[in-house]
Amino acid sequence: MKSLPLLLANLRRKKVRTTLTVGSFAVALFLYGILAVVRGAFSQGVDVAGVDRLVIINKVSLIQPLPVSYQERLRRIPGVKDVTYASWFGGVYQDERNFFPIFGIDMNTYRSVFPEFAISEDQWKAFLEDREGAVVGEGLVERFGWKLGDRIPIKGTIFPGTWEFNIRAIYKGAQLQTDVTQFWFRGDMLEERKPFQKGMVGWYTVRTTSPDESVSVAKAIDEMFSNSQWETKTETEKSFAASFVKQMGNIEFLILTIGGVVFFTLLLVTGNTMAIAVRERVRELAVLKAIGYSNSSVLFLVLMESLVIAALGGGAGLLLAKLFTLRGDPTGGLLPFFYLPPQAIISGLALALGIGAIAGITPAISAMRLRVVDALRRV
Amino acid sequence: MVSVDVQGSSNALIQVRSLEKTYHRGSEELHVLQRLDLDVEAGDFVAFMGPSGSGKSTLLNLLGGLDTPTSGSIKVAGDEITRLSAGELTQWRARHVGFVFQMYNLIPVLTAYQNVELPLLLTSLSRSERRRHVEAAMALVGVADRMQHYPGQLSGGQGQRVGIARALVADPTFLLCDEPTGDLDRKSADEIMDLITRLSEEQGKTVLLVTHDPLAAQRAGAVLHLEKGVLVEAAIARTAG
Ligand SMILES: Nc1ncnc2c1ncn2[C@@H]1O[C@H](COP(=O)(O)OP(=O)(O)OP(=O)(O)O)[C@@H](O)[C@H]1O
Ligand SMILES: [Mg+2]
Repeated sequence: MKSLPLLLANLRRKKVRTTLTVGSFAVALFLYGILAVVRGAFSQGVDVAGVDRLVIINKVSLIQPLPVSYQERLRRIPGVKDVTYASWFGGVYQDERNFFPIFGIDMNTYRSVFPEFAISEDQWKAFLEDREGAVVGEGLVERFGWKLGDRIPIKGTIFPGTWEFNIRAIYKGAQLQTDVTQFWFRGDMLEERKPFQKGMVGWYTVRTTSPDESVSVAKAIDEMFSNSQWETKTETEKSFAASFVKQMGNIEFLILTIGGVVFFTLLLVTGNTMAIAVRERVRELAVLKAIGYSNSSVLFLVLMESLVIAALGGGAGLLLAKLFTLRGDPTGGLLPFFYLPPQAIISGLALALGIGAIAGITPAISAMRLRVVDALRRV
Repeated sequence: MVSVDVQGSSNALIQVRSLEKTYHRGSEELHVLQRLDLDVEAGDFVAFMGPSGSGKSTLLNLLGGLDTPTSGSIKVAGDEITRLSAGELTQWRARHVGFVFQMYNLIPVLTAYQNVELPLLLTSLSRSERRRHVEAAMALVGVADRMQHYPGQLSGGQGQRVGIARALVADPTFLLCDEPTGDLDRKSADEIMDLITRLSEEQGKTVLLVTHDPLAAQRAGAVLHLEKGVLVEAAIARTAG
C-alpha cells in the first residue's frame, strides 16, 4: 500500500468534513448497536426456549386461568414426562418502575421442568420448609442488594394487600441468556391466601419425553380438554415465546424502519461528501493519471477513502454501543438480556463498510473515468 | 536535429507522421493539427510557439500519450504509441514521459518530498532507493532544503522546481513542458529556464517546451511555430547542445 500517505493526507485535507462524516457513521452505528440490543432483548427468550417443552394456556387468552385439576390429567397423557404450573402474581416492589416477573410456582415439579435455573440444594430445601419462602434470580439480588433471609414486601395489583416473602434461595442462570430477574414463591401459599380464583392456576408447562413427540402431545392435550369449560391452547415454548414477542408490538418492523431511514441518510451524507471530495480534486487526480497512475488505482484510492471513513466511524459507534451495554439495562428491568453479541458487531461493521462502498463507488468511478486532457483544461 | 519536413522513417527518438487532430463542436469540425510531421532526436531541446488556440497543448498532449490522434502515427523509441490501449498508454507514460505543467499541479496535502516521490511509487524501487532518487532530483533543481514544505509554503519558482523534480525523478525518456513559466514573474521565469537549459545541456535530457515567451524559446536548440495545423521552423537561435 504505497499510496497510504496520499490516502491519509486526503483524509486530513478537510478535517472538519472528515470528522463530521466519521461522526455520522459513529452515530448511526451506535444506534444500530442499541437497536440490535433491544431487538435481541425481545427475542432472546425465543432462542433459549426449550424444544421439548410445551406451554398450555387457556384458549381464550393468556390471562385466563386453568383448573389446578388439569395437572393430574396432563400427567397421564402418553409422551408427557413432567407437568408443572405457575400463576402470574401482579405485584410491585417499592415502586412501579421496579418491574420484575413474580409468580407462584408448583415447587414439587418446577425444577424438573426448568433445569436451566441453577439452585443449591440447601437453599432449595430452605425454600420448601418456609411457606412464605421465595426464590429470586441473582440479577434481582444484585439490583436491589438483597440477601438470603431478607423479608420482601410486595404490593399485590391483582390480589389486594401487601404480601411478604422471605428470600430462601437465589438462582443463577445456567446460560448467559437465562433470565435471572424472576421472583418465585410457593403456589400452595398463593392458593391458600388469594381471595378469588380458588382452584385455578395461570398456565402449565409440560416436558415431553422427546422433542419429536411435542407436536402429537400438544394435539392430544388440546383434544383432551376440548368442549370442556376451560379449553386449552398448547404450543411449543419456542413458538409461545415468539408469539409473545409479536404481542410486544411490531418491534422488529419499527427497528427496521428506523434503521433503514438512518442508513439511507448516512448513504446520502457520505455519497455527497465523496462526490465533493472528488470534484475538488479533479486536477490532482488528473495529474496522478498523467504521471502514470492507472484507472484502477485512482478508483481504489477514492473507494478506500470512503471505506476508511466508514470503518473508523462504524467501529467507534459499535464500540460506544458495546460500552453502553456493559453498564447494564438502563430501563431497570424491562430488558433483562441487555447484551450486544459479537455477530451483531460483525454485521454492523459489514453494514458500515457496505454503505462506505456504495457511497464511494460512484465518485470513484467518475474519478476513474476522468480524462486527463479535459480535467487539466478546466481551471 | 529537429526536423519538420521528414517523410518515411528515420532513427529519430520521436517520429510524428501525418498527425491529425480534429475536434467536433456540434456540427462544426475544428482541424487543429493537419498532417503534421516532426522528428525529434534524443537530446534535442525544442520550443513550440504559436498563437493561442493554435494547438500547441493539443500536440504536446498527443506526444505525451494523454490523448489519441484522429489519425497519423507517433513513434517514440520504436514504440507506436497510437496503437496502445488506454492501460498500456498509462504504463508507457509512467516510463517515458515527464510532465511539467504551467500550474505546477502539485498535490497540496503532500510535502514537496512526497510529491516528487509519487512517480517512483509506481516502480519496484525500495523505500531507500526512492529516497536516494528523490533527494538527487530535488538537489538537481535546487530545492533540497524544501523537502518537508507543503506546496502552499513554497514560492512560485520553488513550486515549479518541485514540479520539475517530479517530472525528472523517474528518469523519463523526454520532458514535456507546457508553458512552465507562464505563471511566474520574469526573474523566476528566467531561473526556471536556466534550470531547463541546464537539464538539456548538462544532463542530455530531451525537452519539448511550449511557450509564449520569446526569451524562453531562445534557449531551445530549435523553435517551431505551429501555424494552420502544421509546424514551420523559425530562425534557430542556438544550436542544440
Ligand atoms: N476537447 C476539446 N474539444 C473541442 N475543442 C477543443 C478541445 N480541446 C481543444 N480544443 C480547441 O483546439 C484548439 C487548440 O487548443 P490548444 O489548447 O491546443 O491550444 P494552445 O495552442 O495550447 O493554446 P494556448 O496558447 O492558449 O494554450 C483551440 O481552438 C481549442 O478551443
Ligand atoms: Mg496551451
